[in-house]
Amino acid sequence: MTEQTLFWIFAILAGGGAIGVVILQDIVRMAFSLIISLGSTAGLFFLVGADFVAATQLLVYVGGTLVLLIFGVMLTASGPFQRIKMSAGETFLGAAVGLLFFSVIVFTVIDVNWAAGNNRQVATTPGDETGNTSRAIGLRLVGIAADTNIGMDTKKNSRTGYLLPFEIVSVHLLVVLVGAAYLARAKRQEPSQSSEENA
Amino acid sequence: MIPTLAETATTIQSTLEGWNVLPEGGAMFLAAVIHVALVAGFFGLPAGIFIWAERKVSGRIQDRLGPTRVGGKFGWLQALADGGKLVQKEDLVPADADGPLFRVAPYVVVVSSLAALMFLPFSDGWIAVSLDIGLYVMLAVMSLEVIGVILAGYASGSKWALFGGMREAAQMVSYEIPMSICVVIPIVTAGSLNLNEIGAMQSGWFGNWILLNDPFTFIAFFVYFVCATASCKRAPFDLAEAESELVAGFLTEYSGFRWSFFFLAEYASMFTVCGIAVLLFLGGWHTGIPGLDGLLDGPRYGSGGFVFNWLANLLGFGVFFGKASLLVCVQIWIRWTLPRLRIDQVMMTCLKYLVPISCVLFLGAVIWPLALSVTGRTTWGDPAGNRAAPTLRLESSTTPNSTPGPLAASNRETAP
Repeated sequence: MTEQTLFWIFAILAGGGAIGVVILQDIVRMAFSLIISLGSTAGLFFLVGADFVAATQLLVYVGGTLVLLIFGVMLTASGPFQRIKMSAGETFLGAAVGLLFFSVIVFTVIDVNWAAGNNRQVATTPGDETGNTSRAIGLRLVGIAADTNIGMDTKKNSRTGYLLPFEIVSVHLLVVLVGAAYLARAKRQEPSQSSEENA
Repeated sequence: MIPTLAETATTIQSTLEGWNVLPEGGAMFLAAVIHVALVAGFFGLPAGIFIWAERKVSGRIQDRLGPTRVGGKFGWLQALADGGKLVQKEDLVPADADGPLFRVAPYVVVVSSLAALMFLPFSDGWIAVSLDIGLYVMLAVMSLEVIGVILAGYASGSKWALFGGMREAAQMVSYEIPMSICVVIPIVTAGSLNLNEIGAMQSGWFGNWILLNDPFTFIAFFVYFVCATASCKRAPFDLAEAESELVAGFLTEYSGFRWSFFFLAEYASMFTVCGIAVLLFLGGWHTGIPGLDGLLDGPRYGSGGFVFNWLANLLGFGVFFGKASLLVCVQIWIRWTLPRLRIDQVMMTCLKYLVPISCVLFLGAVIWPLALSVTGRTTWGDPAGNRAAPTLRLESSTTPNSTPGPLAASNRETAP
């Protein structure tokens, strides 16, 4: 009962925020309704016990990306409150694409036979019963698959874990960041000739 | 029937369910209400105390008396008088401002700094929401505070406010990096992200505090404290509201209760970051006094029954609150001693000094146990008191309820 009430509150906020992003014209208001939408999605994740995903959603998207978005608007805006004007054609095209995608999702959801009970039985990870669901992620990272399907072939279940792929991806991201900083750095001015042009 | 406190009940919710008087779902709802009320109390109470302390300390530092009249001898009701004054003021929204965003910005700041308190253990098990990734969630929630400040700066429709908001955004985005790295160092040492577990780990003498675990954690505490001061936008890092250049920065157009919301949130988040520092580095709710902690750990972590457990936790809460308040007082002391930095100096301090220092500290903290293992030890010196040497606790993590000792208490979700 309580969980359902909370679900509806978060679901309505997430959907309403998403609609707000489309409808509103002021960029920062759009960003704020995106904050509401993404934050409510994080709330939904908390509700189903996915703590880690929810916290990451808050940290990366709400606390990181959107701050940078608003910061970018503040840095680049020429007037006080910048607005986005859309032509009728763009609105029509966007609405068509959005409706098509929405219908794909609706038909997929309708087609699933939810009553068939196609959930596979999996072993629970210690900590699940107290709401600490992030232990499974940590164990999986070092190669201990506690949530493997019961009755599956254990030989397929390799013990390598996701630590190495995770590290490779994070180093890759770091390289991208350093590269971006290198490209965007303030170029040293030539001492004599082109100082006026660059200024 | 007479409501009794069951010995097995470890959370407020399970206690309420044990009474069997509430309808289904009622216990969960009532427990949530109690948790929220307590957390909101800890949001308001430290703020009130520290506002008074700030006025008093600043007064003494500047050779004044500070508040003397409201509420008796030391003016200790000054915060309440301030609040009463601010409620009466008119709630202004400038004509050029973006109304809805301008009104909503203070709430974003307050909600995020209030929500961060949910994950802070005030004593062993006295925590609203106990999560294995509690610290991570806490940092995530605290990072939302900056959104409110930026929105306030942008939506005010004033150049001073816009500059303040931009400075705040640049400062926060940069200072989050060394702060996060410094927070990771005690986690590496403790081997857990659960704040309750990290606190429980440091029982025994003060030599068992993570601060004194190795040289890297010792320096990391000071780097963390600098970053925490900056993340609360306290002087010498209060560039977002630099009144000598920007009138009042992002606060320029605010008045009345919305203005005071920003300050309530600032003082509450000062307490929060200092609480994190106490838990991560300064032994949490342990006194650190040899002998006394050994006496208290018995009832605190198991034996001794409900009443003694509660009393030991109450004392632990006092110790935790005292340590955190002391750190807040250091922040106040710094504010009234050091002049404000320039914005380029603030950015340079972070990007050219704090980030490299914290990276080196992180590497050192990772290498330290490996270097020690060559000598055949897991800690430098012998842990005194009840603390066990950190080991790989994979066994205990697979059977969390059967582990004896301090770590068994970490999964509880009790609140005061």
